[in-house]
Amino acid sequence: MEKIWVLAEQSRGEPSSTALELLAAAGGHASVVEAVSWGEGVAQAAQVLGEHGASKVYDCRGLGSSLPGPRVGAAIASLVEAGGGPDCIFVGQTYDGRDVAGRVSARLDVPLLTNVVGLSSGDEGLVSEHAAFGGSKVVRARFTGAKPEVFVVRAKTFTAAATGGSAAEVVPVELPDTGATDGAKVVGRHEEEQEGPKLDEADVVVSGGRGLGAAENYALVEELAKLLKGAPGASRAIVDAGWVPYSHQVGQTGKTVKPSLYIACGISGATQHMVGMKGAKNIIAVNKDESAPIFSIADLGIVGDVHKVLPKLIDAIRARS
Amino acid sequence: MCPKLSFLPRVGQVPCISGTIRDMNVAVCVKQIPDPAGELSLDPSTHNLVREGKLVLDDSDSYGVEMALQLVESAGGGDVTLVSMAPNGETSGLRTALAMGATAAVLISDAALAGSDALGTARVLAAAIRRFQPDLVLAATESTDGYTGTTPVQLAELLGWPSVTFAKHVELGEGLVKVRRQTEAGYDEVECPLPAVVTVTAGVVEPRYPSFKGIMAARSKPLDELTIADLGIDPSQLGAAGARQEVVSVEDAAARQSGEIVVDEGDAHERVVAFLERIKVL
Ligand SMILES: Cc1cc2nc3c(=O)[nH]c(=O)nc-3n(C[C@H](O)[C@H](O)[C@H](O)COP(=O)(O)OP(=O)(O)OC[C@H]3O[C@@H](n4cnc5c(N)ncnc54)[C@H](O)[C@@H]3O)c2cc1C
Ligand SMILES: Nc1ncnc2c1ncn2[C@@H]1O[C@H](COP(=O)(O)O)[C@@H](O)[C@H]1O
Repeated sequence: MEKIWVLAEQSRGEPSSTALELLAAAGGHASVVEAVSWGEGVAQAAQVLGEHGASKVYDCRGLGSSLPGPRVGAAIASLVEAGGGPDCIFVGQTYDGRDVAGRVSARLDVPLLTNVVGLSSGDEGLVSEHAAFGGSKVVRARFTGAKPEVFVVRAKTFTAAATGGSAAEVVPVELPDTGATDGAKVVGRHEEEQEGPKLDEADVVVSGGRGLGAAENYALVEELAKLLKGAPGASRAIVDAGWVPYSHQVGQTGKTVKPSLYIACGISGATQHMVGMKGAKNIIAVNKDESAPIFSIADLGIVGDVHKVLPKLIDAIRARS
Repeated sequence: MCPKLSFLPRVGQVPCISGTIRDMNVAVCVKQIPDPAGELSLDPSTHNLVREGKLVLDDSDSYGVEMALQLVESAGGGDVTLVSMAPNGETSGLRTALAMGATAAVLISDAALAGSDALGTARVLAAAIRRFQPDLVLAATESTDGYTGTTPVQLAELLGWPSVTFAKHVELGEGLVKVRRQTEAGYDEVECPLPAVVTVTAGVVEPRYPSFKGIMAARSKPLDELTIADLGIDPSQLGAAGARQEVVSVEDAAARQSGEIVVDEGDAHERVVAFLERIKVL
């Protein structure tokens, strides 16, 4: 394949981990890999993007108070329409990535394959992998002609790798008229304080589920995560119950995590949860029900009460330091 | 009183003033899906999800319905119109949402829709929504069975409207919606002029249970059934052919082996500590 574009999200000059993962994947399938990015700091991000295989980065620049979807989507569509577009576009399945992909799809009249968790080269182009039925089946799919082929890929599907390239050439992009589609404006940004590593980048993830019994017991999970320099996660049951924000959710409709260690506390192990964490190197589960499905994938399963096991575990670890 | 015009095809915005507040007409995209608690399967030849038999209202969309009911209430009047596309004429999910309090429903049903992808679905929803021009379209951030999460944005682009995804709070302003949009780090406050498409996350509002009265009333609420010919869409853009993608294979996922199971006798935490030491986390 000749050319793949990667939608590379970046913040303050630092490309997102997903952007680097997608560049690594693109490098395995195309001779030319280019990035499309936006926001302040793309010129700075070009260094790392280049080191990870991008020869060029199309710079949509700062968007002011606009949301990325309509603007970056329109920019990509007009670059493609002007000729020289890629065979494929890889987009991360993120808040903004989905918005951009949806806009590109409708503008260019090309279909999307979403929730991609693997890609391989087949006789007739790329074949994507998808986890179906809560991860119990692997479905492989491909496009049948429409170009460019847009794959929306879940984070942690690939491993980032530096290729030793030099900084990507920065190509400024003129943003086309977006009309009414660009009407939404950000009037305020709220960042919740975050201690420790990000959930999808953490080497240790400690997650809690409904077995914690009450919202205040989530503090046990946070405490253990902090002691292990990890990030706290959650099952959907307690996100939906309002105990923790959605950004903590692990699973099919939340984040995919691939830490060295995942500790599941009071989580039953529904397939939709396991699909988001079964790539962890080591799994420990604490659940009072010996027949909980989570035990089927745990390296160490503790049949016990989280309210008894977790405080003792926390004390034992604390006593060591 | 305001005439209930929203269900009739209308051109442009009808200025409709009741007191000082204009009526708010909200469309909610609701998907009817096979019961997620039941056995799901793929058709071995087409690889489409088997959608025979009874379909239910996607839980994810019950938040949009509840949100729409609350917004219309806060505006002091207006209609909540459901829009759903399904290949088999199914209405039971729509009846559930009507029983919650929605005013009317539009069902687009046609055999030619089987195998449609997100873009094809968006095309159909856009054509249906253009006929009654609501002020606001609500959808879920993603459906339970398809979970592409792109249909609403594709719909917005086809309508030429702005969109705000991942709303965790929505309120109305003067000619606009104010949305708290979930982000990686927290949330953004977004203001968006109407008409617009907004997708709501689960858990933002508490969907009401249909009352007995609601269930009875739902039986006689207007439910308009349209075909793709009614909407004037070229059938080649829809269904499996319009999707321009195909399933190559379906296999069982590799299973992960389980390890050691220990019943806590008061000292299980020591086993955990030993495990953490062995993998060098401690
Ligand atoms: C389309 C779809 C997408 C979904 N996406 C996700 C997703 O992304 N992420 C996700 O997590 N879920 C997802 N779900 C929901 C999933 O099916 C489960 O409902 C959910 O994961 C259950 O959460 P839980 O394990 O916390 O709760 P439960 O299933 O209620 O399990 C609680 C567990 O705690 C144990 N327990 C109770 N008390 C104690 C105690 N004192 N000590 C120890 N153990 C105790 C119980 O034995 C039980 O196993 C999705 C569902 C659908 C249909
Ligand atoms: N067939 C459909 N009928 C009505 N609304 C739909 C349909 N498909 C998707 N939607 C809407 O778009 C949302 C996201 O769906 P999806 O893109 O499948 O994840 C759903 O929750 C619905 O609000």
